[in-house]
Amino acid sequence: MTASPLLSDTALIFGRYARQTLRSKFQILFGILMPLLYLLFFGPLLTGMPLGSTGSSWQVLVPGLLLQLGLFSASFAGFAIIIENGYGVVERMRVTPVSRLALLLGRVLRDAALFVFQAVLLVLAALVMGLRAPLAGILIGFAFVALLTLSLASLSYALAMKVRTPQGFGPAINSIAMPSMLLSGLMLPMTLAPAWLNVLSHFMPFRYLVDAVRSAYLGSYATTTMLYGGLVAVGFAVLAVTVGTRVFRTAGA
Amino acid sequence: MAIISTAGLARTFPSKAGPVEAVRGIDLTVRAGEILGFLGPNGAGKTTTLRMLTTLLPPTGGAATVAGHDLVRDPAAVRRACGYVAQSGGVDPNISVREELVTQGRLYRLGKAQAALRAGELAADLGLCDLLDRKTSTLSGGQRRRLDIAMGLMHRPAVLFLDEPTTGLDPGSRTDLWDLVRRIRADHGTTVFLTTHYLDEADALADRLVIVDKGVIVAEGTPTDLKTQYAGGPDASLQDAFLAITGRSAAPQESTPVAV
Repeated sequence: MTASPLLSDTALIFGRYARQTLRSKFQILFGILMPLLYLLFFGPLLTGMPLGSTGSSWQVLVPGLLLQLGLFSASFAGFAIIIENGYGVVERMRVTPVSRLALLLGRVLRDAALFVFQAVLLVLAALVMGLRAPLAGILIGFAFVALLTLSLASLSYALAMKVRTPQGFGPAINSIAMPSMLLSGLMLPMTLAPAWLNVLSHFMPFRYLVDAVRSAYLGSYATTTMLYGGLVAVGFAVLAVTVGTRVFRTAGA
Repeated sequence: MAIISTAGLARTFPSKAGPVEAVRGIDLTVRAGEILGFLGPNGAGKTTTLRMLTTLLPPTGGAATVAGHDLVRDPAAVRRACGYVAQSGGVDPNISVREELVTQGRLYRLGKAQAALRAGELAADLGLCDLLDRKTSTLSGGQRRRLDIAMGLMHRPAVLFLDEPTTGLDPGSRTDLWDLVRRIRADHGTTVFLTTHYLDEADALADRLVIVDKGVIVAEGTPTDLKTQYAGGPDASLQDAFLAITGRSAAPQESTPVAV
């Protein structure tokens, strides 16, 4: 019908799931609850602490909370597909000629849009709490949230297509998300950690992302921290979408 | 003219206890415009065969052509030519009938206007007009089944695969559905490939039956042929023929006396 079926297929799948999200105001706002509580009840504890940063404590905490929002919300995205698999929706779509990449991209782009929207709300709340950061840095932070949620949602859908039961999926995600959060220094920068923990955290890819967003919030953009963060985020996204598409192509085999 | 032909079509699943041969070599020819009943006990390989023919599952052996396209080399062309209605249907309970139909048409690459037009046409044809703006969760069993079939027909497929289309329907809805399947074939020449556990359904609806057991075809022919050959005469019951062919009882369906 059009020159690029991938684009129109992706738009079609995105539209279907975006409408689904818009029907549920609860879903739109619920994901922001946990990081918002951290912002309100944990953030004020840090204002007088020596965090080893040249900026304020909010410039350290808010980037961490943004990626925490992405980490927890996106990694549970697969629950939706377990429910859909129960209705036979995924299989029904897979017998049509629709692009397999679009089946994944339409879903994860909806997720990325939803979580970036939540990230915007969170930053607005943080501004009220006392955050001051350059606009460009804040925008770069949203780009990292988008890339992270795109990647994690892809992997989450892939895992959900394999595991297929909520009983198996929930614990699996929790056992990955918790150590990821702790080891990437989302709450407090890993530069405060003893050497062994600091070294260990370098094996956790999200650490590079949170370091990059903290750097952006301080207004320093042309740094190696930023370069590594960008490379890890893009590399991870390419890997995750490849894995996810593969699962949509071969599921049931 | 053959619209589906398979040669040695096979599927083996790996398992901890060694490979499981779900389908061990199916040689099958379906003529264009035929209503074919695909029968067999539970675990005989019916659904696995259906999942291979609809491109959901790659075969591990053999070859097949569906609507002139090779199943393995050109699955996209096979998908364009086929409609598939799974046992579970496959609509989202929170989405309206209209939105599901239009989206389905768009997945088959109809334009927006075309898809909306086709949805209205099918709704009129299948008695769904008053339901278009209802959520699919509010439909009765019979209405749901008609919607599932409408979903499979949005792109006017040459072949329609139905996996146990009347399971769970009341007798009136079942007869309505049989009429619908006959009408689809009569009006559009659509080839219908259906699996069922109900022998009365196979008897009433199918031009020809193929019976599979343990992953291979064990008998095929018209209902009358099978009764004559395996149960002693054309007036015998298809149930007796089925039991004689498979050497055991078919799916246990104690609650529904019309089934084996």
